[in-house]
Amino acid sequence: MEGNMRLSLKVWRQSNTDAAGGFEDYKLDNVSPDMSFLEMFDVLNEQLIEEGKEPVAFDHDCREGICGMCSMYINGRPHGPLRGVTTCQLHMRSFKDGDTIVVEPWRAQAFPVIKDLVVDRDAFDRVISAGGFVSVNTGNAQDANSLPIAKEAADDAFAAAACIGCGACVAACKNASAMLFVSAKISQLALLPQGQAERSIRAEKMVAQMDAEGFGACTNTGACSAECPKEISLENIARMNREYIGAKFSSSAV
Amino acid sequence: MATSSRLDARIPQGPLESKWSKYRSSVPLVNPANKRNLEIIVVGTGLAGASAAATLAELGYKVKAFCFQDSPRRAHSIAAQGGINAAKNYQNDGDSVYRLFYDTIKGGDYRAREANVHRLAEVSGNIIDQCVAAGVPFAREYGGLLSNRSFGGTQVQRTFYAAGQTGQQLLLGAYSGLQRQVGMGTVKMYNRHEMLDVVNIEGKCRGIIARNLITGEIERHGGHAVLLCTGGYGNVFYLSTNAMGSNVTAAWKAHKRGAFFGNPCFTQIHPTCIPVSGEHQSKLTLMSESLRNDGRIWVPKKKDDNRPGNEIPENERDYYLERRYPAFGNLVPRDIASRAAKERCDAGYGVGTSKLAVYLDFAAAVERYGRAEANKNNIHNASDADITLWGKAVVKEKYGNLFDMYKQITGEDPYEVPMRIYPAVHYTMGGLWVDYNLMTTVPGLYSLGEANFSDHGANRLGASALMQGLADGYFVIPYTIGAYLASEIRTGKISTDHEAFVKAEAEVKERIDTLLKIQGKTSPELFHRRLGKIMWEKCGMARNAQGLKEAIEEIRQLRREFWSDVKVMGTANYFNPELDKANRVADFIELGELMCIDALDRNESCGGHFREEYQTEEGEALRDDENYMYVSAWEHKGPEEWELHKEELIYENIKIAQRSYK
Repeated sequence: MEGNMRLSLKVWRQSNTDAAGGFEDYKLDNVSPDMSFLEMFDVLNEQLIEEGKEPVAFDHDCREGICGMCSMYINGRPHGPLRGVTTCQLHMRSFKDGDTIVVEPWRAQAFPVIKDLVVDRDAFDRVISAGGFVSVNTGNAQDANSLPIAKEAADDAFAAAACIGCGACVAACKNASAMLFVSAKISQLALLPQGQAERSIRAEKMVAQMDAEGFGACTNTGACSAECPKEISLENIARMNREYIGAKFSSSAV
Repeated sequence: MATSSRLDARIPQGPLESKWSKYRSSVPLVNPANKRNLEIIVVGTGLAGASAAATLAELGYKVKAFCFQDSPRRAHSIAAQGGINAAKNYQNDGDSVYRLFYDTIKGGDYRAREANVHRLAEVSGNIIDQCVAAGVPFAREYGGLLSNRSFGGTQVQRTFYAAGQTGQQLLLGAYSGLQRQVGMGTVKMYNRHEMLDVVNIEGKCRGIIARNLITGEIERHGGHAVLLCTGGYGNVFYLSTNAMGSNVTAAWKAHKRGAFFGNPCFTQIHPTCIPVSGEHQSKLTLMSESLRNDGRIWVPKKKDDNRPGNEIPENERDYYLERRYPAFGNLVPRDIASRAAKERCDAGYGVGTSKLAVYLDFAAAVERYGRAEANKNNIHNASDADITLWGKAVVKEKYGNLFDMYKQITGEDPYEVPMRIYPAVHYTMGGLWVDYNLMTTVPGLYSLGEANFSDHGANRLGASALMQGLADGYFVIPYTIGAYLASEIRTGKISTDHEAFVKAEAEVKERIDTLLKIQGKTSPELFHRRLGKIMWEKCGMARNAQGLKEAIEEIRQLRREFWSDVKVMGTANYFNPELDKANRVADFIELGELMCIDALDRNESCGGHFREEYQTEEGEALRDDENYMYVSAWEHKGPEEWELHKEELIYENIKIAQRSYK
């Protein structure tokens, strides 16, 4: 290979959900600063295969920072040291020759480890199923431009909708709270006219499902937003709280 | 030439403009009580799969949906950046259904089926309506109405977008519709499941065999119809803009069970991707075509000019697209822009350390936008520095996330120096052959979205993939599937105890055992790299008969080597990404051979298929309409053996011409 960085890695290995896990140490030479963090893991895995050892399992797919599949808790921070960047877009030029890098899975009760660095994030899907949608069947829509939306509302909704559902917010939070994720979806739809009909019930149902999944409560530390690779704003949590309390005062359901 | 008797495209009779509306009103219906007893399996949850699964469940069918990722929201549609086309004519610039239809057929270099493409253009407007109703936050103007921009190969503004994240917003819209049905229990979702075979009983598709990727368990799933919405196969080239997990396995298994493969060699090489930086490279990243709205592409006029891009004066730059294609300039279709970049680099004018790159430069746009901002704010003596500052802010609002991504990957700041770009594999126009109903040659087995071959001919225009995926899923299959399922209401529940299921499951298990037992020396990853190298060099942007013949031999050799020397770590009874990878690479190798065979058969150049032997004096693609105006549909007959069936393409509503963007 073409690079000349040398790294020590401490990587969490765990064979399945029920097994006890632990750190393994690996040495890696010839790392190029132009490699992405996951490409560095590709190199590690090829090295492990050559040595007859099982490669490290990690989630990844698009490798361009949008699918939300990659995770990895790097040196104590979800997605590593940079702000607004996913693990797959983190490059080795952000590290120094001779560094020791510690890599763990997301840690949260609601995200059980499947293997090594891979966790189960089905809880997020279930929260969306509880109310993260507009109930409109295909074929019912009116002409798109018959519903003007002020640019500011559209932009704010878009900013909330940028969430990629990776779970870094949960991993960053000392309470493993999912409030940033849930509030981003509630906000997106609460800001748009299309979301008004189900606005109250959506907030109630999504929050109820979030709690049922075992995510912790929010104590306004703000680590979620600071570590979010899409820099989703804390304002969304404030908005969700308003939506939820408002809904509860007028609720006939849940 | 006549269409093979084995292919019936089932195109409705009548004038083009009324085919779909008439057919839609006459296609057999299934009553709601019967729908509840009919099961539909949807494989893949991208735009096509998620929209189809949700819509079919809304109609009352029982749906099972499968994806290999940890959530349906990860499907690679999410990475589409630039936009989605629709013939809304909101800009009053002369757009119409016919014009979108015409642009798509012409853009596809006259190798797509008229009736399908016209239907696509007809439903394009409904897609935008549906997405907006579902809460997709498209870009808007200050008046609150939807914003549009231009894309390659068109002269109107019909592309709807959400910054550089259109695919993400559309997919999350379709995904939320899907999750709504999952919550209601009308769709059963199987994530982290990979389809490893289709099961046919008495000539009809009746289900699939899937592997639970967490437990390793092999499962049988029965259904009255199976929809493959499994995307494209660009990863056969190893390096592409596809996601790491994107693969051909589902489509390939269907192919080996009787579904013909259409136009496998039609591959789209996207002109604006971040160049390869080294041997470690695992994937390539696209810089949206929307950047060509404002970016100007150029190389130095002097060979081997090693000065940094921003130090080369204006009069020493060759804006080769504007020079060669004055009518469309930087917005020529992708195949043409890619070949032009390759031509310049091959001739020695490439830039960057590898010399395999050209510049995409925003300096002119920054100045233009900066001056417009100054005028807007009534400032008539602004300094150049201020104009640059304001211009950069406008560019940032339009393309900020793409610029950030470029900087993150390359370490260079594109606000200060021109981007370096080079073509890369992006999309595959080929795919499973389907009829007008989107059914493959196996009754009951359908293919939607990029996985089928149907709408883009030999080259896809930008912002058309999202349109096709959602058209197929939201507005085509919900109607056309009735033509088949109306005759299935008496079938009853599909039993997975049938011997065909038993046999298919045993074959899947045997293959997995074989892979694990080989215990050779080479990892699946290394085989994949080797395959990719053969494909890129000999079946990539330019192809010739000799190279293709060599490639076929090399791939056959590689396949033999794979099955005797692959090293798959771990076992089959748990989460094992290495095993998944080995399974996929094995199928890519077989597909690679068929792609080369198809490219060798097609003795012409058209769209993304450029055979060096067939070009005009100016280096443009030279079609042979007399002999090759057909869809090649390949039937799998056995290892290394295929039979070609031809579907003649008939153009009744469009005048065939040499494609010109000059």
